[in-house]
Amino acid sequence: MSLPDPEALVRTMAEAMRATIAPDAALVGIYTGGAWVADRLHRALALPTPLGLLAVTLHRDDFGRIGLHRESRRSQIPFPVDGREVILVDDVLHTGRTIRAALNELFDFGRPRAVRLAILADRGGRELPMCPDYLGAKVEVGRDEDLVLSNDNGKLRFAAVKRP
Amino acid sequence: MSRSSVQIGADGRLKHLLTTEGLPAEMIRHILDTADQFVSVGEREVKKVPLLRGKTIFNVFFEGSTRTRTTFEIAAKRLSADVINLNVGASSTSKGETLLDTVYNLQAMDADMFIVRHSQSGAAHLIARHVKPGVAVINAGDGRHAHPTQGLLDMYTIRHYKKDFSALTVAIVGDVLHSRVARSQIHALKTLGVPELRVIGPKTLMPAAVERLGVRVFHDMTEGIRGCDVVIMLRLQNERMNGALLPSAGEFFKCYGLTAEKLVHAKADAIVMHPGPMNRGVEIDSPVADGRQSVILPQVTFGIAVRMAVMSMLGSQ
Repeated sequence: MSLPDPEALVRTMAEAMRATIAPDAALVGIYTGGAWVADRLHRALALPTPLGLLAVTLHRDDFGRIGLHRESRRSQIPFPVDGREVILVDDVLHTGRTIRAALNELFDFGRPRAVRLAILADRGGRELPMCPDYLGAKVEVGRDEDLVLSNDNGKLRFAAVKRP
Repeated sequence: MSRSSVQIGADGRLKHLLTTEGLPAEMIRHILDTADQFVSVGEREVKKVPLLRGKTIFNVFFEGSTRTRTTFEIAAKRLSADVINLNVGASSTSKGETLLDTVYNLQAMDADMFIVRHSQSGAAHLIARHVKPGVAVINAGDGRHAHPTQGLLDMYTIRHYKKDFSALTVAIVGDVLHSRVARSQIHALKTLGVPELRVIGPKTLMPAAVERLGVRVFHDMTEGIRGCDVVIMLRLQNERMNGALLPSAGEFFKCYGLTAEKLVHAKADAIVMHPGPMNRGVEIDSPVADGRQSVILPQVTFGIAVRMAVMSMLGSQ
């Protein structure tokens, strides 16, 4: 099965979001792929609130097994979180564990009024009850494969990569 | 077994932190990069992350130190660990219990990590060789030997302000003889490639053959401080002075106390560091300690992030 064009999915998502999000809503992208998607959505929607970025390493639930990765990226939330509608943006939704970690990280900065979830591609395989409010597309990949978003000179592309 | 192999496992991961001696440059950089992530945690509304949730950490201090114990305690709490502070000097040992018996008892309470301060050099190392696999030991100062987290937080501070170690001139000033901090700094600075490392102080407060560590020795403060990018002052350890090593604190201040008049000989953008607690008017003058070149308080803040980094790296095994 061929993989969809991420840039086209972003455009579809932007249209759906434009109709429903609050005027003071803030977009927050999850590193790395989610940050690329959030950046595009932020520009397409021309939101007044600056873009936020989340690094989820400090809340990962596999820390005890794999330890702490060397991580130079830090969460940057350049707006007050309290009372605001926050749209979490990620590239691929799989088990839902990254979103769980991102919610915890986000709440370290304050108490949002509401959190919505915007996902470019849902590949299924959920281990936690997470459901996107905005979705680009459902994408099927093999159980032994990862759906990986890459950024080639500013052009987003999907690839299905066999897990080692 | 060498100290570095006790510290670093066969898989290349940090198992204990006992000394900066023999700690590879790559491992030091790894610790400093990891600390970068934790600096931002202190600036948040919720200053806590769950990495060490469910882990039990014992702060075992056989020698008093309120500040070091507190910074370890804050670091552990920000990582969500349970921390128990034990001032052992005042309890078990006075009843005759040996060092290892104390540790075995705490280990039987399911300790995951020990932070050890002891007046005897090698105490933390001895404990590290006797704990169960998976239990980590951090040396929080042993005798005159080492104080690695202090050395590492100093490296973090220098990197923060000066970025690159490879062109720096660094001076360590004062009571080098009694200073485990100075030893930890010297090993780390040499490993990170500082080309010009100086120690400045009176002959009576200089360890024998200190040159072998790759430092240049100065007995004249003005000469030693000239052209420095970093000036690290050491605390005059009055409590360790046995015998007539010094004429008086006043005399020491005159020769080796850092004043604004002496500091002009360093580079204009030189930073001034001190591990604390400071003796104002003994090794450092108040206008310098509180001046624009002083990074003494940022050292304290960075120290929490560096200790969080070390604990989180040790706590994931």
